[in-house]
Amino acid sequence: MTAQAKRRNLLLDGLAQIGDAGLFLPTLLAAVPRSLRYFRETVRQLWFVGAMSLIIIMTCGLFVGMVLALQLYHVLEIFGGTASTGTVVALSVYRELGPVVTALLFAGRAGTSITAEIGLMRATDQLSAMEMMAVDPVAYVATPRFIAGIIAMPLLCCVFSAMAIFGGHLVGVTWLGIDNGTFWSNMTSNVDVWKDVIDGVIWKGLAFGTVVTLISVHQGYTTPPTSEGVAYATTRTVVASSIAILAIDFVLTAFMM
Amino acid sequence: MLGYLGHPMTDAIASPESAPAGDALVRVRGLTTRFSGRAVFDGLDLDIPRGKITAIMGPSGTGKTTLLKHITGQLAADEGELWVDGEDVARLSREGLFKLRERVGYLFQNSALLTDFDVFENVAFPLRQHTKLPEELIRDIVLTKLQAVGLRGAARLMPSELSGGMARRVALARAIVFDPMLILYDEPFVGLDPIALNQVLKLIRTLNETLGITSVLVAHELAAIQQVADRVVLIANGKVVAEGHPKEIADDGSPWTRQFFGGEPDGPVPFHYPAGDYAADLGLGETA
Ligand SMILES: Nc1ncnc2c1ncn2[C@@H]1O[C@H](COP(=O)(O)OP(=O)(O)O)[C@@H](O)[C@H]1O
Ligand SMILES: [Mg+2]
Repeated sequence: MTAQAKRRNLLLDGLAQIGDAGLFLPTLLAAVPRSLRYFRETVRQLWFVGAMSLIIIMTCGLFVGMVLALQLYHVLEIFGGTASTGTVVALSVYRELGPVVTALLFAGRAGTSITAEIGLMRATDQLSAMEMMAVDPVAYVATPRFIAGIIAMPLLCCVFSAMAIFGGHLVGVTWLGIDNGTFWSNMTSNVDVWKDVIDGVIWKGLAFGTVVTLISVHQGYTTPPTSEGVAYATTRTVVASSIAILAIDFVLTAFMM
Repeated sequence: MLGYLGHPMTDAIASPESAPAGDALVRVRGLTTRFSGRAVFDGLDLDIPRGKITAIMGPSGTGKTTLLKHITGQLAADEGELWVDGEDVARLSREGLFKLRERVGYLFQNSALLTDFDVFENVAFPLRQHTKLPEELIRDIVLTKLQAVGLRGAARLMPSELSGGMARRVALARAIVFDPMLILYDEPFVGLDPIALNQVLKLIRTLNETLGITSVLVAHELAAIQQVADRVVLIANGKVVAEGHPKEIADDGSPWTRQFFGGEPDGPVPFHYPAGDYAADLGLGETA
């Protein structure tokens, strides 16, 4: 196979995967009424993808906020505008860094485990066993994880953003000596709840949560039933999710501006 | 969902008496299956009588697991027809198929226990999904089934803590928890020690005798099969090549059974998966 043909194959493969995942979405959604019976399973998954991701999300949020304040302080100092540090930290976190970094971390932490878990269930015939016990594996396994991911992402975005602002405050006020009142009042007067917080954290969070969990569940559900297949599927979850997050972020931002 | 008492288990008890002699629970006609062009079944005809234990034997790779998948509608055949309890499996809707599967127990070749749950919850899983039984009753049923396979004490172990033979017995307990009308066992004796093997044989017998459950047994152990099966069907090259009473089939004189039960490499059953010329494959073709 020539390099060009190989590249074209890769491209076609990618397109086919996107199409396949798109077709998987209606299947997942159609199973939502049936999966209401498995409410407890959804709650359990919410615990796994949401609560269990809290530590990494909080730690990363804190450091992102701290480094952001540090960098911005020294840039704003040139223009004598260090009082705006809090505002700029908050705006960058709410609009971009919060949802995007949370989604990237979420894909690595929760997305991969969803793919690997479903993939292994496929490889060890557990999904067929459910089929044989007249239990629909889409409703029992796939949809609860999908719903849990969609609910968890915006919440994790909120936690990430809060921690980032806290980190910014820590560096800006506690360490570099910006006035506490200036830090907060500048921020509160320049940040808009609807345009910045809701559009950024909530809508972007929902969109990323939907896409990342769709990719994760789809990759796991359609993986070839071998250990190699599961390994590839897990890698593809991270790669595809990262690209999707950044591409969708650009489109959403363009529409929100 | 079906309530426990309305469960077809009661029908299964009644059926052996009410069914006319020679009535087949599973009827296969002209079944043809191809995997990437290679025919696994080639016009297979088979009847599995109601209330009996039928053993299916055949060289590995001959399609025994595939046949069980056809019977349960997990896999569609390319041609031919297959009825289970009078229903054409290929024409069933998804709901119809699920209704049918609630009455069929299936023991997977590799156990397929749910790794999220412990032994008890694995066996309880079908009950919890399809009934609203009170917790004490579920507990009683599950412990009875686990006792039957000798693993009541292992109820709180996770599947990862079980040996292959134990996992198989748990899977067996799960397959019979509903007292289905039909149980399909895919190689149930693999990995069992002689004691467990005897217990499992006794269990299969008891289920058949007391509840009249029809059983299909895919296995290679002729001695074990002779103890429980009413009938043996030998499948090779995509067709039924011999059938008969387990005690007699081994020496019915046909070349198929002579080769299979005698374990001879040469005969009508090829030992090798279809392949090209061996010498050519090794690169000896040109030098010779
Ligand atoms: N999903 C599949 N795709 C392609 N070939 C398959 C598939 N499942 C089974 N086969 C082939 O069908 C044949 C029968 O397999 P199987 O029913 O598992 O045999 P066995 O009698 O040992 O249980 C084998 O040659 C196997 O390679
Ligand atoms: Mg097999």
